[in-house]
Amino acid sequence: MSERSMPRCWNRESKPHRFCPGCGHGLVLKALGMAIDELDLAGRTVFACDIGCSLLAWDFFTFPSLQTHHGRTTPVMVGLKRADPDQIAVAYMGDGGGYAIGLQHLISAALRDDPITVILVNNTVYAMTGGQMAPTTLPGQKTETSPFGRDVDATGIPVKGPEMLKAVVHPEAYLARGTVAQVLKLKKAIQKGLEAQMAGHFSFIEALSTCPTNWRTSASATWAFLEKEMGDYYKVAELMH
Amino acid sequence: MPQTARSEQRSFMTGNEVVARAALAAGAEYMFGYPITPQNEIMHYWRRLAPRYQRGFLQTEDELSAGFACLGAVLRGKIAFSATAGPGTVLFQEPLSMAEMMRLPVVVIVQQRGGPSTATVIYSQQEVTLTCFGGNGEGLRLVYSTSSHQELYDYTIKAFHQAWRYRFPTFVLGDGYQAKMREALFLYNPEDRGMGAVPARPLLGHKGSNGNGEPQLHLRNAFSVEEELAEILRKHLADFDEAAPYLEEHEFIGEPGANLLVVAHGIVGRAAREAVEELRREGKKVNFFRPLTLRPFPEKALQQALANSNRSMLVVESAQGQLGSLCRLASGHEALQRFDTFYRPGVGITTEEIREAVTL
Repeated sequence: MSERSMPRCWNRESKPHRFCPGCGHGLVLKALGMAIDELDLAGRTVFACDIGCSLLAWDFFTFPSLQTHHGRTTPVMVGLKRADPDQIAVAYMGDGGGYAIGLQHLISAALRDDPITVILVNNTVYAMTGGQMAPTTLPGQKTETSPFGRDVDATGIPVKGPEMLKAVVHPEAYLARGTVAQVLKLKKAIQKGLEAQMAGHFSFIEALSTCPTNWRTSASATWAFLEKEMGDYYKVAELMH
Repeated sequence: MPQTARSEQRSFMTGNEVVARAALAAGAEYMFGYPITPQNEIMHYWRRLAPRYQRGFLQTEDELSAGFACLGAVLRGKIAFSATAGPGTVLFQEPLSMAEMMRLPVVVIVQQRGGPSTATVIYSQQEVTLTCFGGNGEGLRLVYSTSSHQELYDYTIKAFHQAWRYRFPTFVLGDGYQAKMREALFLYNPEDRGMGAVPARPLLGHKGSNGNGEPQLHLRNAFSVEEELAEILRKHLADFDEAAPYLEEHEFIGEPGANLLVVAHGIVGRAAREAVEELRREGKKVNFFRPLTLRPFPEKALQQALANSNRSMLVVESAQGQLGSLCRLASGHEALQRFDTFYRPGVGITTEEIREAVTL
């Protein structure tokens, strides 16, 4: 990666990063890095990542970072922001951490309009633990715990996070869904999220992402699943009041 | 800012108010709390008093959030605390385990209630094992057990100091009786007794961002290989062992040549002390031992006390052997002459009952 394509706030010492080939995390973190560079926030940002694949980003940036688990990244950032409101707090997690085990934290932070930015990576599976069904697994999608395809009658329908949060957020909170298929658009959404935080409001960006390791897909099939099947169910959009 | 207490102010109040006053006096800056009986009034008093002293409060969605939010605040150098009980203490194990791993000095006051599960909101001493060893780790915590409102005040203040000095998460273990009953005590400003400020500082931040010890730039909680974890744990365990002699506290009444050592902690320790004092006035050769720290446990002091008591002990507690197990472990390799127990899980114990349990 050239100097031009690597965000300034990326920690060179931890590159190349540790994600699998074809994983979308690197692109989400690139979009975040570019947004932080553009807003010149590296000097006052704290980044927290969760358990699962996101934890591989624990030393990803030049700014302070930490790692926890089970979606508790959200309350850690809530506490940190209240302790030191000058910091820009970014909580980074997967769909399991944010939409399953840590959902009460995500919803409560949204309800309180806590001025933090949550970035949630939706790749439709629990990836680090070996490809189990996630709240975001698509109907009929095969995973280790839905080996015959997700049965929505038995397990419910996939969660649409930003749409769900829209029902509870403050009118000036920022909600969006982006995709690693459109990195510059994703960067713009993250930028707006960070700006909402600076204006004192909650922000949440879901990033549609890829997991060829657990999807067991070729490069072309990976991209097709992201753009077609995920894109059909999860609409890339800003969800403003 | 007004002073949190007049110098040596004689007061009469509930234990929960004592805790809130002590946290204020210690300079605690933020409380993250979630309602659970019998600790609720700690939050109530703190919430009413906090604005006067520019301190913060947030009622979170659950105890997990309260614990983790404390950790976030602690990471940026704020003196943060919470209070809980019973099922709440169970939920606190997750943030407390992270605090052990990352050495984050969070303070949690536990007003023990009956267990297991919902059980009673009243009283017990059943959260000893949970506070000492509840996490998925090695019990790298400090646990104080108080027996009076004065101790509740003194040791809540001390908990903040020791947590930040040694960087271990710290519990103050009270109970429903201590929480709800009123008792006389002296409130004071720690500075008036020569105590400096709690040595708080940001633990996560940019290099050079504070003078008093460099913060960490990247903190993690996950390790790729066994050896990596073993190395960091070796260091944490060595720090804990090294600090233990400075942390351990106990009370002992007696002298060499006694026939029995009565051991109890917390509010039961108070009833046991009274029973032993009465028996001693009657010429009985009975000694008394009360651990003030349950973790680290005052092992050497207990062994010395046992040596003075014919290596015979009676453990009294409102639980089924949680203190008993700690005492057995701490009693050393040499066989005990007697190991008597008086266990009343979830039920209060009186001086008279303890007197009757003593057989010489």
